[in-house]
Amino acid sequence: MIKLRVNGIDHELDIDPETPLLWVLRDTLNLTGTKYGCGIAQCGACTVHLNGQAVRSCKTTLGQAANFDVVTIEGLSEHRDHPVQQAWIEQDVPQCGYCQSGQIMAVVALLKQKSNPTDEDIDRYITNICRCGTYPQIRRAVHEAARKWRS
Amino acid sequence: MTDLDRRRFLQVSITAAGGMMLSLHLPPVVANTNAGSAAGSVEVGAWLVIDPDNTVTIRVAQSEMGQGVLTSLAMIIAEELEVDWRQVRAEYADVNRHLRGGRVYGRMLTGGSSAVRHSMPYLRMAGAEARERLIKAAAESWNLAPDECYADYGRVVHRATNRSVAYGEIAAAAAQVSVAGVEIKSPRDFDLLGLPTPRLDVPSKVDGSAHYSMDVRLPGMVYAAVVHCPVIGGRLLSYRFNVVRNRPGVRQAVRLDHGVAVIADTWWQAHQAAEAMPVEWEVGDEEDFYSATEQRNFVAALDEPGIVVVNDGDAESVMDEAEKSIESDYSVPYLAHACMEPLNCTVVVHADHAEAWVGTQDPEAAVAAVAEVAGLDAAQVTLHNYLLGGGFGRRAHTDYVREATMIAQAYRGVPVQMIWSREEDSRSGRYRPMAAVRFKAGFDLGGKLIAYINHSVTHSIQQDSGGSGIVGGVDPFSIDGLTDMPYYVPNKRISHRIRNTHLTSWFWRSVGHSQNAFAMECFVDEMASAAGTDPVAFRRQYLAGRPKLREVLAELAEKARWGRAMPHGSAQGLALHESFGTICGQVAEVTVSEQGQLSVDRIVTVVDCGNLVNPMTARQQIESGIVFGLTAALYGKLTFEDGELVETNFDQYRMIKLRDMPELDTHFSLSRGDEWGGLGEPGTPPVAAAVCNALFKITKRRIRALPIADYYLRRA
Ligand code: FES
Ligand code: FES
Repeated sequence: MIKLRVNGIDHELDIDPETPLLWVLRDTLNLTGTKYGCGIAQCGACTVHLNGQAVRSCKTTLGQAANFDVVTIEGLSEHRDHPVQQAWIEQDVPQCGYCQSGQIMAVVALLKQKSNPTDEDIDRYITNICRCGTYPQIRRAVHEAARKWRS
Repeated sequence: MTDLDRRRFLQVSITAAGGMMLSLHLPPVVANTNAGSAAGSVEVGAWLVIDPDNTVTIRVAQSEMGQGVLTSLAMIIAEELEVDWRQVRAEYADVNRHLRGGRVYGRMLTGGSSAVRHSMPYLRMAGAEARERLIKAAAESWNLAPDECYADYGRVVHRATNRSVAYGEIAAAAAQVSVAGVEIKSPRDFDLLGLPTPRLDVPSKVDGSAHYSMDVRLPGMVYAAVVHCPVIGGRLLSYRFNVVRNRPGVRQAVRLDHGVAVIADTWWQAHQAAEAMPVEWEVGDEEDFYSATEQRNFVAALDEPGIVVVNDGDAESVMDEAEKSIESDYSVPYLAHACMEPLNCTVVVHADHAEAWVGTQDPEAAVAAVAEVAGLDAAQVTLHNYLLGGGFGRRAHTDYVREATMIAQAYRGVPVQMIWSREEDSRSGRYRPMAAVRFKAGFDLGGKLIAYINHSVTHSIQQDSGGSGIVGGVDPFSIDGLTDMPYYVPNKRISHRIRNTHLTSWFWRSVGHSQNAFAMECFVDEMASAAGTDPVAFRRQYLAGRPKLREVLAELAEKARWGRAMPHGSAQGLALHESFGTICGQVAEVTVSEQGQLSVDRIVTVVDCGNLVNPMTARQQIESGIVFGLTAALYGKLTFEDGELVETNFDQYRMIKLRDMPELDTHFSLSRGDEWGGLGEPGTPPVAAAVCNALFKITKRRIRALPIADYYLRRA
């Protein structure tokens, strides 16, 4: 039995500890907001937080995540009102939307470290792929979210 | 509660709660069977449902893959309906009803940047018809003639007395009346079309609640992972399921033509077992396939004759007598779509019925595919379409639907969710075709262009699809953008030759335009320099008969401040191309560092698509197309060695990221009329040429084969 805390809820799981956290979230806990894009830590679609830090859950095993507080997109806010989500809505960021859970989780982690990121900071930390190319909207929304969060 | 029940519940609770703005904050209800509307809600025609609280649910027959159709197509109906946009919701039209009801939704295929272009007339009519029915029903209830009343903002109003009634109150009566001779609004009277409108699906895409087909969860559902022969075209000889059958969760292996599937309780269990299972393949000559060699073979094949498609004047002899002539060969590799959501499909097959949950661009074809594989009639198949995690043409194919059905067929009565790993998705074929394009241009003494010869060799999509789309020996998609070459030349010959390999090709964002605009617009710059003319001046001169293209060109030159002094190592390059009813011109500003590092700094774009439904999604679509085209131009290449694909995942198949992004400066220069040009694709074709034309100015070398990453760049 492995204990896993996700979005404030404790679970006891009888699963191979080598299973990637991504598939535990999606297939066992039915938290499907976290997406599979590549499985090799390249695209960021699977980004979640472990104790507030962004990690790629496809390359994080259940065993590694066991002692951390896991937060997924579903646990980011109760009412879709986290400043980053609000900025995402205001800037109309998502297109197909598939990468956006991961983008948002990555940006939240960045803003926790740097409340007022420069464009260079954004370029360095947000390395998630968006095949739809929403990058211009993402950049605008990150700045907007930073403004909202500071105030 | 099953997924379906949950969605029905959600729909009911939305209706029960009612209220303004709600629709903007709840995920669109997609993929339902349209039957579960709340008590009291009334269908007024197949396209829309009106609830007692005046919420209007508009059905959208095209697939949402990021291009914003759930919003833009709903806007078109809402415009005619005269409804308060804040009370509008959108949902997918039901393909099952479409098929059983004699194709009530017109055409449900999403592709060719056609959602707005092709459905505009009948969507407007659908909205107008519902409006007239509401007016007539209200008028009848007041004992008035319909022409004494008008519709405004979700109400029918009696002109003389201002007495009014909300749509929700008369919807039931409206559903019973019929109207004839309905007129649509004049574009001059549009209130909603043309207004920047936030997308209805956005809120659900920021909190994980948007459902893609990979998110389908059904009671008792199991998962399937697939391993295909690493050499495309190879066949499965044998596999040893015994080696993995005792792993936890593993249930069954299923033999497929070109691969083998493993079914397990979770996808990870299935995937691990499929990867570990010993498999023997039979591969033929495909094992000797090298894409680099093949690309050279395509270029060599340009020496072989083709079918002449355009023959104006006497290009051959004028070319021979020309004072000066130039000749160049261009070529491009195969490319994968790499939709962010790997292809997947969930199917359950019963004795007399099958049900499928899938994100597809072609629901009708998907129904047919399930029916065929399961040995059923189309009427015995229920299909639920989902939001697509990217499409770009790939999800208009049904290969993944067929394969999922084959697996479910072997595991009857249980819903099976098949997911292709990213690697299997990349290896699944259906690539943007490889192509080679040759140009010759002849000039007279004064440097005037007098002869033009163009020949191309392309892997034909239509031939891969059975050949019925081949016209006179030519695949029309292969010569898109070549035969309608807009520059005037009195003597012109354009020919084409099909050359297919064992790989399979398919529609990829902008199709033939994706390679042909690159070749064509690079060569136009070559012609300009042969004529000793500036690229903008050259294009303007030979576009004499094409005022709209000239207009975009002029606007582009102005917006980009064409010809302005650039720092050392930087330059501007331009390309102009019309596709899918839309003209798109781009100026790329690029820099090559001392060390040979390339950066694309800015792309200025001017678009003329006639009119716009939603300026917000229009800009997004053009810019999305630019990123797609730029990714292909800079990095895009599928390499095959010993028949096996090298770029199976994003570590090798490189994508543009935030740090690579140029500044995008996008303008619309609309020529209006009643033209509604496509937007999903036209941003893609010109990018590669604009960047390569800029690079020439810096390096003095022409890039004639993509991607640019294959070149060693050095300032001249
Ligand atoms: S799925 Fe984890 S980084 Fe791509
Ligand atoms: S929105 Fe489609 S991949 Fe990012």
